[in-house]
Amino acid sequence: MTRLSGHLVDTARRLSFTFDGRAFAGHPGDTLASALLANGVQLMGRSFKYHRPRGPIAAGSEEPNALVTLGRGARAEPNTRATVAELFDGLEASSQNHAGSLQRDWLAVNDRLAPFLAAGFYYKTFMWPKAFWEKLYEPVIRKAAGLGALSGLPDPDAYDRGYRHCDLLVIGAGAAGLAAALAAGRAGAQVILAEEDFRPGGRLLAEGGLLDGRPAPDWVAEVAAELATLPNVRVMTRTTVFGAYDHGIFGAVERVSDHLAEAGGGVRQTLWRITARRSVLAAGATERHIPFRDNDRPGIMLAGAIRAYANRWGVTGQRQAADPVAIFANGDDGHRTAAQLAAKGVPVLGVIDPRRDAPNLGGYETFAGATVTGTRGRLGLTAIEVTRGGRAEWLDCGLLGVSGGWNPNVHLASHHRGRPVWDEARLAFLPGPGGPAGLIPAGAAAGQGGTAEAMADGLRAAAQALGDLGIAPAPVHLPAAEAEPARQEAFWHVPGKGRAWVDFQNDVTVKDIALAHQENMRPVEHLKRWTTLGMATDQGKTANVTALAVMAELTGKAIPETGTTIFRPPYTGVSLGVLGGGDTGRGFRPTRLTPSHSWAEAEGAVFTEVGAWMRAQYFPRPGETHWRESVDREARAVRAAVGICDVTTLGKIDVQGADAGDFLNRIYANMMGTLPVGKVRYGLMLREDGHLYDDGTCARLGEDHYVVTTTTANAGTVYRNMEFARQCLWPDLDVQLISTTDAWAQIAVAGPRSRELLTRIADGADLSNQAFPFMACGAITVCGGLRARLFRISFSGELAYEIAVPARYGHALMARLMEAGADLGVTPYGTEALGVLRIEKGHAAGAELNGQTTARMIGLEKMVSRKKDAIGAVMSRRGGLASETRRLVGLVPVDPGAGVVPGSHLFAADAPQDTAHDQGWITSACFSPHVGTMIGLGFLENGEARMDEVITAANPLEGTEAALRVVSAHFVDPEGGRLRD
Amino acid sequence: MLIPHPLLGPRDAQEFTYLGDAALMNRPDPAAGEDAFCDHVYLRGNPAGVHRELWFHEQGDRSWLVVTRNTLTHEILGAELATDVARRSE
Amino acid sequence: MRFSGLRLVKEALTGHRGWEPLWRDPDPQPRYDIVIVGGGGHGLATAYYLASVFGQARIAVLEKGWIGSGNIGRNTTIIRSNYLLPGNEPFYEFSMKLWEGLEQELNFNAMVSQRGIVNLIHTDAQRDAYRRRGNAMRLAGADAELLDRDGVRARLPYLNFDDARFPIKGGLVQSRAGTARHDGVAWGYARGADRRGVDLIQNCEVTGLRIEGGAVTGVETTRGPIGAGKVGVAVAGSSSRVMAMAGMRLPIESHVLQAFVTEGLKPLIDTVITFGAGHFYISQSDKGGLVFGGDIDGYNSYAQRGNLAVVEDVAEGGMALMPMIGRARLLRSWGGIMDMSMDGSPIIDRTPVEGLYLNAGWCYGGFKATPASGYAFAHLLATGRPHETAAAYRLDRFARGQLIDEKGAGAQPNLH
Repeated sequence: MTRLSGHLVDTARRLSFTFDGRAFAGHPGDTLASALLANGVQLMGRSFKYHRPRGPIAAGSEEPNALVTLGRGARAEPNTRATVAELFDGLEASSQNHAGSLQRDWLAVNDRLAPFLAAGFYYKTFMWPKAFWEKLYEPVIRKAAGLGALSGLPDPDAYDRGYRHCDLLVIGAGAAGLAAALAAGRAGAQVILAEEDFRPGGRLLAEGGLLDGRPAPDWVAEVAAELATLPNVRVMTRTTVFGAYDHGIFGAVERVSDHLAEAGGGVRQTLWRITARRSVLAAGATERHIPFRDNDRPGIMLAGAIRAYANRWGVTGQRQAADPVAIFANGDDGHRTAAQLAAKGVPVLGVIDPRRDAPNLGGYETFAGATVTGTRGRLGLTAIEVTRGGRAEWLDCGLLGVSGGWNPNVHLASHHRGRPVWDEARLAFLPGPGGPAGLIPAGAAAGQGGTAEAMADGLRAAAQALGDLGIAPAPVHLPAAEAEPARQEAFWHVPGKGRAWVDFQNDVTVKDIALAHQENMRPVEHLKRWTTLGMATDQGKTANVTALAVMAELTGKAIPETGTTIFRPPYTGVSLGVLGGGDTGRGFRPTRLTPSHSWAEAEGAVFTEVGAWMRAQYFPRPGETHWRESVDREARAVRAAVGICDVTTLGKIDVQGADAGDFLNRIYANMMGTLPVGKVRYGLMLREDGHLYDDGTCARLGEDHYVVTTTTANAGTVYRNMEFARQCLWPDLDVQLISTTDAWAQIAVAGPRSRELLTRIADGADLSNQAFPFMACGAITVCGGLRARLFRISFSGELAYEIAVPARYGHALMARLMEAGADLGVTPYGTEALGVLRIEKGHAAGAELNGQTTARMIGLEKMVSRKKDAIGAVMSRRGGLASETRRLVGLVPVDPGAGVVPGSHLFAADAPQDTAHDQGWITSACFSPHVGTMIGLGFLENGEARMDEVITAANPLEGTEAALRVVSAHFVDPEGGRLRD
Repeated sequence: MLIPHPLLGPRDAQEFTYLGDAALMNRPDPAAGEDAFCDHVYLRGNPAGVHRELWFHEQGDRSWLVVTRNTLTHEILGAELATDVARRSE
Repeated sequence: MRFSGLRLVKEALTGHRGWEPLWRDPDPQPRYDIVIVGGGGHGLATAYYLASVFGQARIAVLEKGWIGSGNIGRNTTIIRSNYLLPGNEPFYEFSMKLWEGLEQELNFNAMVSQRGIVNLIHTDAQRDAYRRRGNAMRLAGADAELLDRDGVRARLPYLNFDDARFPIKGGLVQSRAGTARHDGVAWGYARGADRRGVDLIQNCEVTGLRIEGGAVTGVETTRGPIGAGKVGVAVAGSSSRVMAMAGMRLPIESHVLQAFVTEGLKPLIDTVITFGAGHFYISQSDKGGLVFGGDIDGYNSYAQRGNLAVVEDVAEGGMALMPMIGRARLLRSWGGIMDMSMDGSPIIDRTPVEGLYLNAGWCYGGFKATPASGYAFAHLLATGRPHETAAAYRLDRFARGQLIDEKGAGAQPNLH
């Protein structure tokens, strides 16, 4: 069809696209919907429940009907509104939610069955036979439900996120928003103007009006040009502000490349977090329809949308240009559409207006006191029934515009749960109190919908914001707008038989609302949930207020007494890809690498995730085919010679100050203030509730200087808790803390030949047992002058040290130790061997210190000093903790070949295996090269009194069971001779 | 949310770790016994309205703040260094 | 009126004129034997079981808004009984058994769908912990299954197995877990209670508790005073506020948990998946929306809404786990107020005030507990003794040190 005059589409250029495989042409400036309408295509989709044929009713993001899938393969994007999809060359669109073709959808049988599918029907049936729900009913329902389909393939595109800050965020670049942005921009404020459309102007592009005697789009272009020259103003088109969050923070999505023919070249969409000191909500208004019998056919649209298609895109929605157009309106606004169409030469049948005194703006017939009471046309409108004074007549009609008034887009104003307030004069909900702080509604969003009013209101809002911000205003001249008749009378639906749709997408009719009323689902939230009204992809933008009015009529209450609607983010659908901001795959979370990571990599280490860290798990050697071979070798090397392991991930906290000892006494359950300089002590930390939460060593390097080590998992928590104690509990202690986890590379050097190895690099330091005994510490230099800290501590039970050097030397130190110890059999070991060694020694680790256990349970209750107070000390003596009988024990299989499976539950040998007889569980297990069988640690009721008892470890989850003997948790050197030698 | 840090100005709440009621600063005297500690550790006023609460600037200067915030509206009425609050109450 | 397919056919053919109100809207009586404060899932279920199982009469449920307006109408609809500790697992398994017969019992299709749940495993330590949990489930009579990586892959091939920051190493599965239509549960219990004579009184906010001589004698409400022999409080999210009327401070903080649903999509995800390493869980509703959530926002809140940072965090988790959802659109988000307790487990107990009973502290897991919570609370109200599966949910367990701390997080509610 040829375009009407005066449009904003670049007809000089042609864009090819397909819809359901059929080729069409459109132009830059088109949306998919405008281009399809220009090609005479009305039928674009199917409704959710009854699979009714549908065409677009709107020209914007409120569209409930014309949902299509854009693109294909991994880029297929379901449920896209054709009315906002910007046309580009090569666009592929397909219709969705039908079985068979869009024209012949056999699921439309649902429409025939509609009486059986009334509101809430599924709550009343499908209960028998019981097993049929999951097996039959639900799969059938699920298959029929849903709208479009995801491809099931990973989204191939990139997403990004960004942060922007401004004095004033203007949401919407229509009449009010442009005026507000111009005023604030000229005044020098930092302004962001966000517009969901690809072109600024809002309804000014659609209304067909004149400003200062010139087409309104000309003024829009001038303002946009001026804004572009202002360095303090940023205009963001294709950007939807979807949510208002606390303290002036807004979420917005910019569609960066969705409109480009070249997909995936760069970022598809960007998530912006915009922090604004003030904001103007100039999001406009959404026209509402008037339900009447069979009001959902393709070819029935909102009258304002018809006006928009005609003025902005130069298209009308009939299938043939000669098909007559009618308007059904309860206000003057609908008449404006008729008059404009008539002026453009479109055949206008007339305006059907229930008001007896309906006006006539010229060029068409007015059917005053009349309503539309029926329609015909299976896949597109062919005729309407007009009833006036009780007499009905059928008139041929190819396009019907419906206008029932305008609902201000108050959504963001109510995202903080402030409820909109009913304004009887304007027949609309306006933004109410309790909106986001600093947000000023303006223009049509505030009920000031006329062009002149909206622009003036935008200026007022900007002035208010500038005043709040203390910025002097600058003059703005507003162009004169034409008078726009806007009288309207409340008229909510046409009563009568048949089905009159209220919510198009979800197929909720006036009858469904009446049924909800009959069944006492009257509170508005019950109405919505019972009928699914307002739950469709348009979030009830075109349905909710109308439904409320219908319910009000049924209950005989006023609209505000019936309820309000509240809104939650997002304003329109936001893709999960962009909400995730692009941090997917391996980039999902930061990865921390140890100082010797690349060295270990070169050694062929296998790595494992330990919280945020990647640690070497084991170091396979040529010929080793199973990880156990490597791990057994590494563990044996430590027991027989010397092994080295990067333990940098353990938390390290430097504690300094005159009161450091006193402070640590309060942090550790055991006594720490008595630790001599040059010594290390093992310590336990409790939560204030008395449970154990971390253990580690504390080294006193100087009179006022200690180093605390923590487990890898709790490095952050311990530091935070120590800062809490320092700042919030005991601010007067002279103590300072700093986390040095990342500053020092720490290497464990363990095994009988560790002293020999370290002596070779220790710059002559005396490491003899006399000079540097077990639990000694001190500052030394290594490798010819590199400062280092040496701690003689052991996790493995062998003679062992940990040596710390500045982190950047960690790699070199590992290499030097390997080189210096080659003849000693030095062996790098990973976290697996570390685990084996500590289980063999009976040291508790994460599996035992899981936050549910106590010092008593790991046999260390004597460490909780009674001579002093410490965090958790008082609560650790509570009844429930003191009477706990489970104790950490060692476990070995009676059959040496049998497995020991962590997570198995422990039972007395002859006891029934159920919750009531559960006596504990296995926390950790491994194959012990030292013992020669699997071994385990576990918590067992009265464990310390049950040595040598044979118990049962049950693992019904995997169908295994083992007889285990209870032994000491110290499988290696229980007297501790080796580590003291 | 934005936390008005008394030293650093407004900072995104994501930089902070939340702990809870500022009453957690009022650790009982160890001699006060188990009951006093139970109340301290477990019981909360949990008001619907103005709440004084502890936030730790973990991704920042590592200060603990006492923030006064309305739990119904999330409006923040003030923030000060917990150290200042603790010293004042001693 | 009984609901059935036959009835539906009959009504469809006669213009639906015969459907009756799902429940009455009675005015409050001056006095009831038992008043339940809170017309959410737990309060309604309590009233239902009081009337149906425990033979109690003269019962009222007082709801400040509309029936089901609390967390029963704002959750991600997951039901499961995959707990670790002996204080919890038998209770949730009891709940699961009640779910399994709920619709027939209530004559209301709450769309209980046993589609299973998969808790993903990412480390060896996590596998050991899940094995301990799975065994605890089996020992309590529940079902559980441990999958290795290949087992998960065969079942959920669309997860990110090849490029993951936290590789999937297995999963703990409970096949009897699944989802239920949350509103349907509230309505089913409401209708069932109403049919057994319980007065459901909407728009009736309790503004005070009448306590004389250490015993409760009634409540003050926005619809006038109502006398009561016993008062049961089941107002998750507002427990601290209501119990403050009795001078009590609770081991509870109120926190906001956001939940999310996408636009409708054709069937894609046929189970419930939890991704602990990424704070994300997801299922798909019968209507086609992907229903998902993550962590609580983490600060005390009664605002019923959360912030953008958590929205991003949750979406990030989702994209990291299943990058196929990138082109699905978030349709709606909402926030519920959670009663976060000090050990992450609930309270069903009498209080120091005679006749005043408390059901609270459900954290973000109250939905799945609805049937058993109602049953156990009704048992306590009717008999004065705790139900055998809920005996551990005592108010004094904190003072006594008998905590039920599944996560081992201690007395910090936002970590549970």
